[in-house]
Amino acid sequence: LAPWIPVVGLEIHAQISSNSKLFSGSQVQFAAPPNSLVSFFDASLPGTLPVLNRRCVEAAVMTGLALNCSINKKSLFDRKHYFYADLPAGYQITQQRVPIAVNGSLSYSLCIDNKMSQMVTKTVRIKQIQLEQDSGKSLHDDTRCQTLVDLNRAGVGLMEVVMEPDMCCGEEAAAAVRELQLILQALGSSQAVMAEGQLRVDANVSVHHPGEPYGVRTEVKNINSIRFLAKAVDYEIQRQIEELENGGTILNETRAFDSKHGCTVPMRDKEGKQDYRFMPEPNLPPLILYDTKSLPANMNHQQVINIDWIHERLPDLPSVKREKLVEQYGILPEHSFTLLNEDGLAEFFESVVKQTQMKPKKVIGWILNDLLSYLKQHSLTVKESPVSSFLLADLLNLLEKKEISSTAAKQVLVELWKGEGKTPLEIVKEQKLELLHDQKELEQICQAVIDGQENE
Amino acid sequence: AALKDGLRSQVSAALKEGRVTPTELCQRCLALIKSTRFLNAYITVAEETALKQAEESEERYKRGQPLGILDGIPIAVKDNFNTAGIETTCASNMLKGYISPYNATVVQKLLDHGAVLLGKTNLDEFAMGSGSTDGVFGPVRNPWSYSKQYKEKSVPKSLSEDEESDWVITGGSSGGSAAAVSSFTCFAALGSDTGGSTRNPAAHCGVVGLKPTYGLISRHGLIPLVNSMDVPGILTRCVDDAAVLLGSLAGHDPKDSTTIQDDFTPFELPNLTDVSKLSIGIPKEYDAPGLSSEILALWSKAADLFKNAGAKVVEVSLPHTRYSIVCYHVLCTAEVASNMARFDGLEYGHRSDVKDSTESMYAATRREGFNDVVRGRILSGNYFLLKQNYEKYFVKAQKVRRLIANDFVKVFRSGVDVLLTPTTLSDAAPYTEFIQEDNRTRSAQDDILTQAANMAGLPAINVPTALSERGLPVGLQFIGRSFQEKQLLTVAKWFEKQVQFPVIQLEEVKRHDSGVFQHQKSASFS
Repeated sequence: LAPWIPVVGLEIHAQISSNSKLFSGSQVQFAAPPNSLVSFFDASLPGTLPVLNRRCVEAAVMTGLALNCSINKKSLFDRKHYFYADLPAGYQITQQRVPIAVNGSLSYSLCIDNKMSQMVTKTVRIKQIQLEQDSGKSLHDDTRCQTLVDLNRAGVGLMEVVMEPDMCCGEEAAAAVRELQLILQALGSSQAVMAEGQLRVDANVSVHHPGEPYGVRTEVKNINSIRFLAKAVDYEIQRQIEELENGGTILNETRAFDSKHGCTVPMRDKEGKQDYRFMPEPNLPPLILYDTKSLPANMNHQQVINIDWIHERLPDLPSVKREKLVEQYGILPEHSFTLLNEDGLAEFFESVVKQTQMKPKKVIGWILNDLLSYLKQHSLTVKESPVSSFLLADLLNLLEKKEISSTAAKQVLVELWKGEGKTPLEIVKEQKLELLHDQKELEQICQAVIDGQENE
Repeated sequence: AALKDGLRSQVSAALKEGRVTPTELCQRCLALIKSTRFLNAYITVAEETALKQAEESEERYKRGQPLGILDGIPIAVKDNFNTAGIETTCASNMLKGYISPYNATVVQKLLDHGAVLLGKTNLDEFAMGSGSTDGVFGPVRNPWSYSKQYKEKSVPKSLSEDEESDWVITGGSSGGSAAAVSSFTCFAALGSDTGGSTRNPAAHCGVVGLKPTYGLISRHGLIPLVNSMDVPGILTRCVDDAAVLLGSLAGHDPKDSTTIQDDFTPFELPNLTDVSKLSIGIPKEYDAPGLSSEILALWSKAADLFKNAGAKVVEVSLPHTRYSIVCYHVLCTAEVASNMARFDGLEYGHRSDVKDSTESMYAATRREGFNDVVRGRILSGNYFLLKQNYEKYFVKAQKVRRLIANDFVKVFRSGVDVLLTPTTLSDAAPYTEFIQEDNRTRSAQDDILTQAANMAGLPAINVPTALSERGLPVGLQFIGRSFQEKQLLTVAKWFEKQVQFPVIQLEEVKRHDSGVFQHQKSASFS
């Protein structure tokens, strides 16, 4: 059988972290009472007009720069029309003709064969980033034959990041999205918490034989966890391969991921191809951005965005942070990945290093093997750790000063997890875990043991 | 003071001096509205709130602190502007009973200046039409139908015919506003202008109708027809009043991203005496097919008027004029299809009882809520926006629009200050004749002289010029440079003074006018 080449592209919708929505002043907030964050414009009351939110544009520019994109100094807004209960105006305002950023790239790393020690770096091209409105939410109540519509989310700013089909499997897709998530969180342009719907992924999947043109692709929509993303993509690749090997064809359709059964299923509502009847948004002039060169002298700085100014103030991206950790602390690259992958762990590590004499290369073991595994076992976040960096540093200092053995240290740690407020020293004293350094004392104990043996 | 009053030294002065109170003025207007109900100019009369506003105005005058020249002045607003607490229907079943929670910016500005909002005026449904005949509340009747001037010239009818059957239309779509101003029930009214909807009824009703430059006045709260062409329009009885209204309405609105950023300084119009430095352009293409010989002659006479007064009058060419109808049709219907998509019965407005599915509810709501004119334009517009048609129609039309706009740029660059054209092809048609043709045909015919200004975003104004042979008003149009309203209105004012358009002689007004019936040259408030 000829080999199959799977091709995976992604469309990622990231909710912009801002106080108000993309085109109106109503608040952005998760889990507020239904329809409590809806302005006249969000409800599409006739006569209302969109007004662009500056913060949202800045977020998109930051993200574009972080992803090595060209920022379009002139971008345009368009209307994308379709009828749906969660789309009050009957159209979404998006950027179809000329988006705000294009032609970027994202580097991410993968472990080969699940070995952290063998990491490989891959790149995915970023086709574009566009600003657009989020829709509201509709909940189908089948028992009462009604649809409940909540417009709190309608009009929230989104950055749609389009990744070219440079990936080949679920693992790559997941790693790319994870890295994007870390970048967005580092920038602050999106909180990117998938569980809260702040980051949603649509995967485009197809398979073909080498040398042949790309196969028909399907779109798996609204995947809301990284784990599910990998599963959904891999399932879909398998499904397509099986279908084609059995002589079937792939339909260019939209599918959803059924997390319960671990499979993809066709989506009911999206039958047939939609013609979105794109039209320029007449109420928004072209979005003009400046850089230091093109900025007119007498412009009111409140009214304009300077790309260079934003570039100068970008925070360290995850890749840079990792490099710095490796350089500064002498830890391995794969260590730095794990540190950044867990929210707050890098800061915890650095805090412990500051408070102890133990070398970072040794501290890292305690962080990654002991602390992290405990947290994972108990589904705790770093923030929720009963053992603070202070306590752990304290413990490691005892170890470093050779006052206890490393076995004893692990014992103390078990005690510390209970969170009873005792210090490591107190626990050591309680359980008599002190290392004996006094030669004479040691000789006496050994002699006692030998004597004991002789007596028997 | 009389309802017909108004030179700057009159109604506003009268209010200031206490010769008439805002409450009296308001009550008289309300009474006149009642006795002219047969005109069907108003959809909603906001009697209670108007009287309250009048009382508040009166308090301010008593304290010697009026808000300005508009304080206490009764005005009317076309029913496609949002008015908080007062029904806004767009003359459509879709919005019958709809009470908006906010005021359009222009409405708010008028209220902030102390104006008294009498009510909402009638229009073609969603402003689609050129007759004000296609709204759900019925057609608006042109007050001139009942004027002495028209009746005198009417061919005597046989006894069996209803005397009322030969009433003439107001033109549209801001017919209610034009009729309200024309019949003295208010001193000024807001209309809207997308293809001529303020200037056309202004011409037929013998009032001043100003279409400002696109972007000068906020559209926030104006329920849109074509976002890229709509402007709020101003209807008054004289050019000076239009300048006053303009002064209170123009300027940047942060809620409308298509308004200009620059500050706007209200101006007073100079009394032009010397027109020798003026260059008037006469676009030859505006001698359009169907233009009545009467209006052609009037246009010519007007040109001579300027020439004889020393102005430079030149023939110019706007070669792409003949493509404007088709271009307008494509762009207008495309935007209509888009703008009407929000009317689905879910959040506000009419909702059908059909509940089988969301789609069926939408479809039934829209079929029940929109008349066939609106539905027809939606269908056309969606057709032009289809992926396979977009380049051929929409993009092409945008390019043609650019050509039309450039025609004007070239002409103004050549040294012409203002263009002089007819506003309509003929005087107002009798209703029975008008409805022989469908809305689309009529709109296409009637918009030809006015819509190019909307395509180019230019300011234009109708100035009532003379009465036709049938005793009905005929107006002429001036088109000016972008944001040069001062120059445009100055020229218009000079012309207005020259032509001395007669005052309408209406029985109803005479009866209500307890003041001295003065033969005013024009009737204004400022």
